[in-house]
Amino acid sequence: MAYSEKVIDHYENPRNVGGFDKDEHGIATGMVGAPACGDVMKLQLKINDDGVIEDARFKTYGCGSAIASSSLITEWVKGKTLEQAAEIKNTKIAEELALPPVKIHCSILAEDAIKAAIADYKKKQAAS
Amino acid sequence: MMNHFALFDLPVSPNLDLDELQSRYRRLQQALHPDRFANAGERDKLLAMQKTSQLNDAYQTLKQPLSRAEYLLQLQGVDLQHEQQTIKDTEFLMAQMEWRERLETLSSADDPWQAISAAHNDLKQETQALQQAVDSALEDTSQADLEAVAEDIRKLKFLHKLAREIDAIEEQLLDDV
Repeated sequence: MAYSEKVIDHYENPRNVGGFDKDEHGIATGMVGAPACGDVMKLQLKINDDGVIEDARFKTYGCGSAIASSSLITEWVKGKTLEQAAEIKNTKIAEELALPPVKIHCSILAEDAIKAAIADYKKKQAAS
Repeated sequence: MMNHFALFDLPVSPNLDLDELQSRYRRLQQALHPDRFANAGERDKLLAMQKTSQLNDAYQTLKQPLSRAEYLLQLQGVDLQHEQQTIKDTEFLMAQMEWRERLETLSSADDPWQAISAAHNDLKQETQALQQAVDSALEDTSQADLEAVAEDIRKLKFLHKLAREIDAIEEQLLDDV
């Protein structure tokens, strides 16, 4: 299957790979997995006290499209508020990367990773 | 269409007599063999071909515990094959990440063959334990929490993916020797 140029670019030069200390103040961690392909994605957001995402890191085990989708969202979420980040839809990710229908689940994984990270942040806020 | 179990005249159950399944499969396969239809009309030939394809499909599905469990769930109206759902069980996903990290170190271990075989064994134990939980829940579907079973089947898919990854690492290592 042919990958689009954007997928190849993100796959070969992934942005923001790595992680933050999950217990640090303002760090939210979202973990998701896609049973269909066994891909696992970890997305971490660094959120300041105004609720703005200052930085993001990811670690993904999966195909090129899954890695590209996670790499892309780390760029997209930076500078956004949590509300704005929550509005990122998988269809936008799939469109940007020109994902074929069989790889749509990779973009769903990325969208769900953002939601999971935001849920983690809210859980932490409520607990503190 | 007849359900896969009925096709082999076997009870609908996660615990299947695999020898019996195989011998019934062979018998049915022989009965449908194209040689037997050499002089038959086009319609009968076509029917035999369709039945053969259904038979193969049923056999492949029932042979493996995971696809068998997935099929049992499908008979209860829960279709996992075409779903796009993600899983969010953090503890399980953390363990998956750790598995993936472990897999990355296999080839460079002091004794990669030993490391691969240890990973294989650990994975096999984890897989068997989860499969057993699924199978015992599916023994009586009227009492089973189908959503919980579905979640376990989704997890099993990750474990099967890991097994394929380990196989690929092993093959790569064999190629490099």
